Amino acid sequence: MDTTPFIVLSAILFSIGAVGVLVRRNAIVIFMCVELMLNAGNLALITFARANGDLDGQIAAFFVMVVAAAEVVVGLAIIMTIFRTRRSASVDDASLLKY
Amino acid sequence: MTSFDAPKIEYFLLAPVLIVLGAAVVGVLLEAALPRGRRYLWQALVAGVGLIAALVQLVLVCRRLDLFGGGDAGKGRLVAEQSLALDGPTVVIWALVLVFALLGVLLFAERHLEGGVLSFAGQAAALPGTEAEREASSKGLEHTEVFPLLMFAVAGMLIFPAANDLVTMFVGLEVLSLPLYLLCGLARRRRLLSQEAAMKYFLLGAFSSGFFVYGLALVYGYAGSMRFAEISAAVSGRTTGTGLLLGGIGLMSVGLLFKVGAAPFHSWTPDVYQGAPTAVTGFMAAATKVAAFGALLRLFYVAFGGARWDWVPVFAGIAVLTMVIGSVVAVTQNDVKRLLAYSSVAHAGFLLVGVLGIRSIGALQNGELGAVQAVLFYLVTYGFTTMAAFAIVTLVRDSGGEVSNLERWAGLGQKSPLVAGVFAFLLLALAGIPLTSGFTGKWAVFTAAVSAGWWPVVVVAVLLSAVAAYFYVRVIRLMFFTAPLPDGPSVAVPSVLTMVVIAVGTLATLLLGLVPGYLLDRIGDLSLFVR
Repeated sequence: MDTTPFIVLSAILFSIGAVGVLVRRNAIVIFMCVELMLNAGNLALITFARANGDLDGQIAAFFVMVVAAAEVVVGLAIIMTIFRTRRSASVDDASLLKY
Repeated sequence: MTSFDAPKIEYFLLAPVLIVLGAAVVGVLLEAALPRGRRYLWQALVAGVGLIAALVQLVLVCRRLDLFGGGDAGKGRLVAEQSLALDGPTVVIWALVLVFALLGVLLFAERHLEGGVLSFAGQAAALPGTEAEREASSKGLEHTEVFPLLMFAVAGMLIFPAANDLVTMFVGLEVLSLPLYLLCGLARRRRLLSQEAAMKYFLLGAFSSGFFVYGLALVYGYAGSMRFAEISAAVSGRTTGTGLLLGGIGLMSVGLLFKVGAAPFHSWTPDVYQGAPTAVTGFMAAATKVAAFGALLRLFYVAFGGARWDWVPVFAGIAVLTMVIGSVVAVTQNDVKRLLAYSSVAHAGFLLVGVLGIRSIGALQNGELGAVQAVLFYLVTYGFTTMAAFAIVTLVRDSGGEVSNLERWAGLGQKSPLVAGVFAFLLLALAGIPLTSGFTGKWAVFTAAVSAGWWPVVVVAVLLSAVAAYFYVRVIRLMFFTAPLPDGPSVAVPSVLTMVVIAVGTLATLLLGLVPGYLLDRIGDLSLFVR
């Protein structure tokens, strides 16, 4: 099986995620873009596992998923506190710390 | 159907990590089981005792591994099915992280400065400026969860630099980061700044770990294995497909350079250092840097050592950029925590200069300073100095809490000569003035880089050390040779906890400046990676 299309797809997903983090302004959406990057990594890991014929990559993908879930817990807690304090989840509004 | 082989876990050798994790879990249980009034004492005790027990166990592990003594081959063992490497550098970094964590627990447990409560938010869920927050404050509520959070972060810091495969390294990275994101948002005063710092740190940290994961996938795709030994073999014998490898190395280095705070991935450092509670900043500045540089050294020396002609020039550029940004931008800062943050960026640059000194073991003549040795020694000196400096920042206060605005520090040396004097000494150490540990540390990394032929970078580094000295001296001049403000801050008297941190940090700075030889030699014995 040719694995190149899957790697290309994962690279496209990764790029969409990375660009999304840079251009979007809502903390939740930025966070979703980060998740997209992690999942692009998962897709690449699984594809390479298939190409190599071993399980390391698939196991790694599970670890990445667990870590992503833990990150959601911490991240949403932080974003929620900001939102409740400021009534806004825009990353442009939180600008007290600069220079 | 093949039979299932249970993995072989060396519990004795892994015990330092397990003890720290165990103490963290016990802390979570205590939080649920104990009445509010008794939590503080128990949590602080469990964290402190856990860390001391882990240090004692580390000494036993060190004796079991028989690490001291000559020999060209790296001594040590690969444990837990080769997913962790226990060797000299690991032992040094573990000892450092545990000591800094112990000092961190002391800073966290300080209650004198805020009038009998911790310097963390009384109730993080209560909105700033509301009735609920005032109630939490008048009831004297405090979040003792900070101790288990610190312990989880420490466990991550132990796993991260010891990781010998990519997945373990990633898990260690996240275990160390996630509790720190939370801790950054828990300041008792100036909560908006603190929450903003937590959000920035979290979003940028998650962004950088996204890069790390994708880089990890590419390296795995190139080498066909997660293990460093096999990656190293694939890198050394490479013929084709180097694009995959170089892309992977590049993306993984983004994740690691973010954690060490190197330019152009440094922009979170000043904001987070300023917004986070100062106790957290001190701990994070010292321990995270140690753990992240440990992991960076292992990944790039052990796994990617064969591709060093590809990554070392890039690192040289990053080192120069980091030093320039750290030193030059620090000149314009007027907040002492931001100043120390930019100073930490500059120090990341100096450490990267040491990383450039990579050479094969055979090329190292007898008695010559190795790069790993130099970087580890620099981490020792930098960590102690920084921790003491941030501990002093917690003391300078007025009615509104800590005062980090530098203009308000004017004349502090006339009001409290001792504290200002110690702070001045620490600043001189950060600047790298002789007779302080900062000088010996810088000398070590510069020597290592010069002997690998990177003298142009070292020339730049020396010049930028002079620029850096300017802004440290500016603070000293402000403290001693400027008239004090009538309503300026004063130095609060802390409990013995913070005093111990300042005393240990200052003493280490002084001793390592005067007699660095012994420790430098011991670290030299412990500077070979097991492969």
